[in-house]
Amino acid sequence: MSVAMRDAFGKKLAELGATHPELVVLDADVSSSTKSALFGKAYPERFFNVGVAEANMVDIAAGMATAGFHPVVNAFAIFLALKATDQIRNTICYNNLPVIIAGAYGGLSDSFDGASHQSITDIAIMRALPNMQVVVPSDAAQAEQALEYALTQKGPVYIRLNRNPMPDLPPIPAIGTVRCSEGSDVTIAANGITASYANEAAALLAKEGITAEVFSAPMVKPLDVKPLIESVAKTGKLLCVEEHVLAGGFASAVSEVFMKEGISCRFDAIGIEDVFTESGPYEPLLAKYGISAQNIADHARKLCK
Amino acid sequence: MSKRVKELLSQPERKFNATELGALAAYFRTVMFDTLHDRGTGHWGGAASSAELMTALYFNRLAIKAADPKWEDRDRLILSKGHASMNLYTMLAHRGFFPVEELSTFRKLDSRLQGHPCMNKLPGVDMSTGALGHGLSVGLGMAMAAKLANKSWWTYVVSGEGCLNEGQSWEAIMSAAKFKPEHFVLMIDYNKVQLDGTVDEIMPLGPLADKLTSFGWHVAPKAYDGHNTEEILDSFAWMDSDDVWPKAVIYDTIKGKGVSFTEGKNTWHGAVIDDDSYAKGIEELQSDLKKKEAAL
Repeated sequence: MSVAMRDAFGKKLAELGATHPELVVLDADVSSSTKSALFGKAYPERFFNVGVAEANMVDIAAGMATAGFHPVVNAFAIFLALKATDQIRNTICYNNLPVIIAGAYGGLSDSFDGASHQSITDIAIMRALPNMQVVVPSDAAQAEQALEYALTQKGPVYIRLNRNPMPDLPPIPAIGTVRCSEGSDVTIAANGITASYANEAAALLAKEGITAEVFSAPMVKPLDVKPLIESVAKTGKLLCVEEHVLAGGFASAVSEVFMKEGISCRFDAIGIEDVFTESGPYEPLLAKYGISAQNIADHARKLCK
Repeated sequence: MSKRVKELLSQPERKFNATELGALAAYFRTVMFDTLHDRGTGHWGGAASSAELMTALYFNRLAIKAADPKWEDRDRLILSKGHASMNLYTMLAHRGFFPVEELSTFRKLDSRLQGHPCMNKLPGVDMSTGALGHGLSVGLGMAMAAKLANKSWWTYVVSGEGCLNEGQSWEAIMSAAKFKPEHFVLMIDYNKVQLDGTVDEIMPLGPLADKLTSFGWHVAPKAYDGHNTEEILDSFAWMDSDDVWPKAVIYDTIKGKGVSFTEGKNTWHGAVIDDDSYAKGIEELQSDLKKKEAAL
């Protein structure tokens, strides 16, 4: 197990504060959860806790961005995506302002708090907004890379972060789609933390003589889809996995490209169905809603029949 | 345009006095009424109610450079009531940010003059607005940025009742009192009429000054007459009179001011100015302009 994304992200923010004087950080009274407090401790003059007012926070950041600063706004992903949608759309995205939206406790990772706190529609919302880029890191190192990438951008970037320590993936040189294992029977494209479960699934399938080509695909927008197209040319089968509702998220993004490109293949997707989730320990909760090595292996196996 | 107005506008960057501002505002009202009638779309009521205030800001107060719209040290103005876009465009055009003739493209396809202001299309617009209630938060961010950047620009946010109906405005009002950035001013164009009816019918805001004071704002000791340019300049003097922030000024105004049958009427929030209304209205506006010119 690695450090949790939020710990890595918070530490990286504080580290980058030294070399990026334009970096300012805002939080909505959850800085001890998002770990933006680490930046606040190091650079109190560039840290602003605005209270539980996500909409106001996002627009304050927009105002700062017009004056040459590069703000990072921190709050729970669900509340940024839903309480500040208007501000993210009409102020940040419409004006193409360099504001980094750091959505903490993404997916089901705020597991015990239940459905009210679980962010299962944020990717669909964010990727629908013109000018917005959407990154869903797969592990702590990718969360750091996503932040470094976002700071080089002239427009907005949404980074979805996970609450809990999750397995590390092999290091990658830059944030983008990366092949985790080679195979010729089925392609598995895994978004965010589902990549580690896809890797476990590949190991299960290997025992049965099925070789799965697994990709970690953190970039939802712009979608880094070329490696997937190349792999599917070989396997003829694609299974997408995401910690999000199936409507409008990563699997939708991939299938939109495949349809438009005229690529036909056997296809399946694992994500949250059209339901609300619930409280519980994180891994069993994920498993109940389909995100487990076993379920991924089952779906991949079916595709291969 | 009369010779007198033309003379005034030959040096638009000059700091105009109250009488001159009154004449300019009267002239700008005719331009707005003309353009909104020609285009058959747009919002007259709230553009007319803030004519003197916006004229005084652009022709007496704001440190801005038409030749360098993104000048780093400039004062910032956010028209949070973005539906009064025709007012902002009229100011910017006559202040030299773009050709006055371009006003005729308002709301046309490919125009830089969008229905509501867009900062990335039109020079001089400091923030895109339209969805109500954003301006105060964004302005707060700009004012906080001035402190971070060790600069002393002023940030003005012009709001109407619609903005103050939005919950976000009150989040911003709370947080401005926490961060207390210098040179940050909320200016309320208090015409007391909304789209659907009067403020009292739709969403009572009073006692507005008391509410702002209780939220920790430094509120001007009186509500100024927003159609009296002497009083508006008095309000500017009050802003400069001490160093207590954030500041709020309430301007008592009349929606649709200048055309008798549009004054105080919610139906003229965004109604099309038809030919009959135009013929009657422009006569009243021209007559007012003549009076104001005579006073020069």
